Amino acid sequence: MRNIAVMLATAGMMVMGQGAFAQDDPNITVAYEEDGRYFTDDGIPTYFVDEDGTVDWLTFSGFRRYHSECHVCHGPDGEGSTYAPALKNSAVDMTYDDFLYTVAAGRENGNSVMPQFGDNLNVTCYIDDIYVYLKARGTDAVARGRPAKKQAKSEAIAEDEDACMG
Amino acid sequence: MKKKLLLTTALLLGSTSMVAANDDLMAMMDDPNQWAIQTGDYANQRYSDLDMINKDNVGDMQVAWTFSTGVLRGHEGSPLVIGDIMYVHTPFPNIVYALDLANDGKIIWKYEPKQDPDVIPVMCCDTVNRGVAYADGKIFLHQADTTVVALNADTGAVEWSVVNGDPSIGETNTATVLPVGDKVIVGISGGEFGVRGHVTAYNIADGSQEWRAYSMGPDSDILVDPETTTHLGTPVGENSGTNTWEGDQWKIGGGTTWGWYSYDPDENLVYYGTGNPSTWNPAQRPGDNRWSMTIMARDADTGIAKWFYQMTPHDEWDYDGINEMILTDQEIDGVERKLLTHFDRNGLGYTLDRVSGELLVAEKFDPVVNWTTGVDMDPNSDTYGRPAVVAQYSTEQNGEDVNSTGICPAALGSKDQQPAAYSPKTELFYVPTNHVCMDYEPFRVSYTAGQPYVGATLAMYPAPDSHGGMGNFIAWDNIKGEIAWSVPEQFSVWSGALATAGDVVFYGTLEGYLKAVDAATGEELYSFKTPSGIIGNVMTYTQDGQQYVAVLSGIGGWAGIGLAAGLTNPNDGLGAVGGYAALSDYTALGGQLTVFTVPN
Repeated sequence: MRNIAVMLATAGMMVMGQGAFAQDDPNITVAYEEDGRYFTDDGIPTYFVDEDGTVDWLTFSGFRRYHSECHVCHGPDGEGSTYAPALKNSAVDMTYDDFLYTVAAGRENGNSVMPQFGDNLNVTCYIDDIYVYLKARGTDAVARGRPAKKQAKSEAIAEDEDACMG
Repeated sequence: MKKKLLLTTALLLGSTSMVAANDDLMAMMDDPNQWAIQTGDYANQRYSDLDMINKDNVGDMQVAWTFSTGVLRGHEGSPLVIGDIMYVHTPFPNIVYALDLANDGKIIWKYEPKQDPDVIPVMCCDTVNRGVAYADGKIFLHQADTTVVALNADTGAVEWSVVNGDPSIGETNTATVLPVGDKVIVGISGGEFGVRGHVTAYNIADGSQEWRAYSMGPDSDILVDPETTTHLGTPVGENSGTNTWEGDQWKIGGGTTWGWYSYDPDENLVYYGTGNPSTWNPAQRPGDNRWSMTIMARDADTGIAKWFYQMTPHDEWDYDGINEMILTDQEIDGVERKLLTHFDRNGLGYTLDRVSGELLVAEKFDPVVNWTTGVDMDPNSDTYGRPAVVAQYSTEQNGEDVNSTGICPAALGSKDQQPAAYSPKTELFYVPTNHVCMDYEPFRVSYTAGQPYVGATLAMYPAPDSHGGMGNFIAWDNIKGEIAWSVPEQFSVWSGALATAGDVVFYGTLEGYLKAVDAATGEELYSFKTPSGIIGNVMTYTQDGQQYVAVLSGIGGWAGIGLAAGLTNPNDGLGAVGGYAALSDYTALGGQLTVFTVPN
C-alpha cells in the first residue's frame, strides 16, 4: 500500500487530490462529510483534498498546529529529525486510537521520550487537525510546506474550537 | 575609581579561598597549554596564543586520537583541559569523563547523574549541553534537569549539588556555568514553555544561593537600582520589568538565559543576553516586553544591573538575545575603548562600550537581513537605539492568523549560540552564521505549565537569491561594522570557532568537516570529515610540548531538527520541493571526540 502511495505521489498525486486513494484504503477514503469535517466509513477523521489542491480546514489547521507544537522535535512537515520519528508515517501506520493515546499519554523508550500532551489545549483541541494533516503528509496527498488553498472554517468547527479552548 | 577601591576592600575582607579560586582559574585561562573554560577565557575571545599549528603547516594536520562518548545526540560545547586531565561531557544523560592525557586518554573517572527522563521532552530542540566548567579544584556540571553539581576534579566525587529550576514547569538547562570569584553564575532554559528567565549565583564552596536576578518582574526580582541602572545612558526608572507588559503576562514572560556568559574582572561585571518573550505570538503580549532580548551587565557580587540594552523591543520573530558577548580592548578614533561585541540572532552585529553600555555600532552581519532598515543611532532621537521595523515583515502589524513571508533571518537567527572567535592579531571576529529565511504566522495559544507555549507556525528555507547554501563563515570588523570576508557554506555553521596565533581559524560544519582557514583571507587550508555533524566548539591545548586541536562530533540540536530532512521554500512552488540539501544525506547520529595534531 505504501509503495502505491509513493508511486502515485511521484506521478503527480499532489495535484490530483485524494481521489486515487478512494478505492484503496479504508483508513483514508472519505465516506462522508459533516460540517466541514471529513470521515472514513468507520467514522475516523481523514483529510480531503480537492482536485485543484484545496485542502479541508482541519488539514490546514493541522499544518499550523503541528508546526507550533510538534515540529521542535519531529522536524518540519512531519519529516522527522535526527532523534524523533517522522510522524507523517506514524499517522498512517498507527490506528487513530493509538495515535490519540500516544499524544495524550506520551511514551518512553530509553532516552527517547515523548511527553504527554493530554492537558495541553493547544494540542488536544486540535488533535484531529494534526492527525488528518499528518495522514495527508504520509500519503503525499499534501506536499511539504504550507497548503496554498484551504476551505473556509465552518461555523461548527469554530464553535467546537471556542468551546474547547475556553 | 572609588568603586574599584571599595571592591578591592570587599575582596580583601572576604574569604581568602574566593580570591584564590579566581586567581587560580585566571592563571589557567592565561596559559595556552590548557583550555580552562568553555569560552577560552572570561572575555569569550576563543583565541589561543599557540602557534605550533599554523597556516604554513596546518595542511599536514592528522587525527592523533579519538574517543567515543557513548551517547548519540547533539554534542555542543567542548572538552576542558586542566593540567594532564581532559574533561569530556555528553548530552543527556550528561555523563562526564576525566581522561588521563599522560596515559593515552585512559578514563580516570566517569560521572553519570541519575535524571528523570521526563526532562527530555521539555527541552526545546534536543538534549544538548554546552559543557562543564572548572574552578577551585571542582568540575561544575549543570544538568538537563537544572541540577548544578560540583564534582571533585581529581576523583569525580560529588562535593555539593543544588537544584536551580523546576522541569515540571518547563525549566531545563543546556548551558555551561560561569565561575567568578567565590560564585558560580547559572542560567535557565525554557522560553518556549513560558518560563520567566533568571540568572542565579551560587556559592562555589557549598552551593548556597547568593542572588537571583529575573529578566522581568518587580525591581526586587530583576535586581535593578531604578536611579543608577541605565538603558542607553538613561536611568531605567521604577517598575521597568513590569511596565511594558500587559497584566500578568510577565510572569510567563520568557527572557531565558541559556547562552554564554562573559566577565570583566576590572569592572567586576558579568555580561549575558536574555531570550525571546513568551509567546511567539506578539499580539498576546503588547508592549516592549522588557527585559527580554536584552544585553545585561551585572555586578558579580550583588547581581545588581549596571546597564541594559534591549536590542529587539517587542520581539515578533523569536530573535533570542542570548548569543555571547565578546570583550575586547581596541582603539576607536585614537582612543582605547573597552568594548563588547555581540552578534545577535536578529542579524545585527553590535559594538558597545562595556563600561557605560553606550551603543557604538549596530550593522547587519548578513546582507540579506530585511526585517529592519537599521538601528537609530541618534542619542537625541525618541527612538534612539531602536531598530526600525519594516512593516511588510512585521508579524505584529500583519496580525494574528496572517502568514508573513520572506522574513530574513529565520527564527534561528543569522547566528545562534554557536560562539564566534576574535583574534587580537587581525582585530577580526570569526563568526559562524546561518543564511536562512522564513515565513511566520502567529496565532493565539493558551498557557499550560510545563507544556510548549509557542503560538506561531514557521517555515524556513535558504536565503533566496543568494548562493543557495544555508550558512556563511564570516570575518567581521566590529569597529567599521563590515564583513571582511565571507565563505559560503552549504549548511548553517553551527560550530564554535577557534582563532590562534598561528593565523589559522578553525570551525566545524554540519556535514561533519573540521575546517581550518587562513585568518586573513578565509582561504581553506585543511578539511577532514569526522564521523558525524559538528555542532560542538573547537578548542586547543598542548601535551608534552605538542599542540592539539579537538572537537566533538554528534549531529543534533536545532540544526538536527530543522535540517535533517532538508528545507523547502513554500514560495518557490511545487517544483522546488526537495530541491535543497538534506542533512540526512550527509551524516548520521554520533558522539565522538576527534583530536588533531601536526606530527613532528
